[in-house]
Amino acid sequence: MNVPLLEVRNLKTYYYTLRGVVKAVDNVSFTLERGETLGIAGESGCGKSTLAWALLGLVPPPGRIAGGSIVLDGQDLTKLSEHDLRSKVRWKKVSMIFQGAMNALTPVFTIEDQLAEPLMIHKGMHKDEARERIAEMLKAVGLDETIMKRYPHELSGGQKQRVIIAMALLLNPDLVIADEPTTALDVIVQAQIMNLFKEIKRRYNIGMIFITHDLSLIAEIADKVAIMYAGKIVEIGSSDQVFGNPRHPYTQGLLRSIPRIRSKEKITWIPGVPPDLVRPPPGCRFFPRCKYVKEQCRREEPELKEVEPGHFVACHLYG
Amino acid sequence: MRRMAEPVVKVRDLMKYFPLRRGIKEIITMKPRRFVRAVDGVSFDMYIGEVFCLVGESGCGKTTTGRLITRLLEPTGGHIYYKPTGEVASQIPEKCFAEDGYVDLARKLPKHVDKLLRREIQIVFQDPFGSLDPRMKVYDILKEPLIVHRIGGSEEERREIIYRALSEVKLVPPEQFMSRYPHMLSGGQRQRVAFARAMILKPTVVVADEPVSMLDVSIRAEILQLMLDLQANRDLAYLFITHDLAVASYLCTRIAVMYLGRIVETGPTDEVINNPQHPYTKALIAAVPEPDPKNRFKIREVPIKGEVPSAAAIPPGCRFHPRCPYAMDRCSKEEPPTLEVKPGHYVSCWLHAKK
Repeated sequence: MNVPLLEVRNLKTYYYTLRGVVKAVDNVSFTLERGETLGIAGESGCGKSTLAWALLGLVPPPGRIAGGSIVLDGQDLTKLSEHDLRSKVRWKKVSMIFQGAMNALTPVFTIEDQLAEPLMIHKGMHKDEARERIAEMLKAVGLDETIMKRYPHELSGGQKQRVIIAMALLLNPDLVIADEPTTALDVIVQAQIMNLFKEIKRRYNIGMIFITHDLSLIAEIADKVAIMYAGKIVEIGSSDQVFGNPRHPYTQGLLRSIPRIRSKEKITWIPGVPPDLVRPPPGCRFFPRCKYVKEQCRREEPELKEVEPGHFVACHLYG
Repeated sequence: MRRMAEPVVKVRDLMKYFPLRRGIKEIITMKPRRFVRAVDGVSFDMYIGEVFCLVGESGCGKTTTGRLITRLLEPTGGHIYYKPTGEVASQIPEKCFAEDGYVDLARKLPKHVDKLLRREIQIVFQDPFGSLDPRMKVYDILKEPLIVHRIGGSEEERREIIYRALSEVKLVPPEQFMSRYPHMLSGGQRQRVAFARAMILKPTVVVADEPVSMLDVSIRAEILQLMLDLQANRDLAYLFITHDLAVASYLCTRIAVMYLGRIVETGPTDEVINNPQHPYTKALIAAVPEPDPKNRFKIREVPIKGEVPSAAAIPPGCRFHPRCPYAMDRCSKEEPPTLEVKPGHYVSCWLHAKK
């Protein structure tokens, strides 16, 4: 059997605040193959961004990884020191496109200077060598070479986002994590950037984790979908399974709440609000908002169960 | 809910230019002042009982248009004709009317008339975290418009009005919500308070500027339904401003697509969505992602290139021509006329002009 590119097992990431322990990521497990794209969807505060940070060992204090393992290419990232993470993993093996990253470009350096930095530091390249690689990468993301000499303020939002994507791909990482990469963009530019992601997926055989609150975007790119709620994965499966045959009441509710442009079907909502992660409800975390709630849901926490090959759901409805 | 043959608001050639600061070089060489033409000749009608939608990308002037109609901004030019009814109409002196029953809100009006009319047009903002004062309780937030407009004589009377407003937006029981501060409410509840605040003055027009875009997907439908419920019981016209065509197509009666300060296409929702005529509208619709996993195997055809140019340097002729796949010679020289392609469906494009 082949070894998956990434195997996350029982990952726990908690924030130790004065109010108590916030269990932002609680017992999350999944695997990702090379060339595969996993979409992670959930509402704000469900822990999806924390999960992304944890994969890079970048959880901001007072948060830290409280347990579990992240095995990338046979190496457990949770066991590595900060120094090793920095020199061997980040950017070289795993790179990340942060939410609003396009606004994180330094205004006082040219695009070339900013893109050359990772190449010079990680690969020990000279600036002239770096230039070639940068030109190549800019072309790959659909930008003109001349952009190298420009400053960020001279570029449009879409162009800046392309620069960020080029930066993430510079060192040929095995895994790219994109956290809400199109949130700040207009629909048309968003569609263009999504096309770029699809191309990248096809051209480079890399693993990709695509995090967003927008299920429509996940459908546009992901092969596999994980739905997160209150720090847990409640449903995971291939994208045809999750979209075509959603089993968890939360997934069903989410899918029914998206207006579709050519359908007059009434959309509905999920009453209530997500729980406070300091004191999550006992049993299933979704029970206060669930319309199929049973006595068992209030007491016992459901575990992920395989309902069809490759499709897992954490819900007591499926015994 | 009643639908009138006559529009309640008629916007004609509305303009708003924001001056740009001149650099020292421009001042010395006496260059003329430059302007950002945020809204540049917008015309449309709004009817009671409908949800009229302005849709467009950021920077197209949709929010500015909403603010002009609410009169949070002074227009540079054009007219906003509003038809007051009943009690309000009878309190307005004859000389303030511009033409058959319409008052031009873009004109300077006597102070008491102005105040009377401001009550009639209310707004709900995008950000429910920023639009409510964090130091005021829900009760005080809702009482403020009553104080400003001298509604309800005694405290009991006002309390009664606030109770009713809160139960109407389904924040029940009202006693429980009245003494809370905004930070004690969820995003959806805050947006309900914002709607209660707008509705408490019994307006005829409510401008809703992206009221759901800051909310979680799972509760958006709740606020959209609330909007429809509120409209069902009263004579009300909504101006719904959004960048999301899927939400627009779900909620709205008519859609107007804006591009760089102009409306390029207007029509009934079904017409605009299923039979778009302007190349820009077609591109917008093609770009909307859909929750269908089959899409992951295909590249989405977005026929237009580039991004929206700055509103400080609007291209001559048709302002869309630099990005248009069908641009002709004429497009870069003359502004296209607005033509009715089907009853109620208007488009501004040379492709549809008769040769």
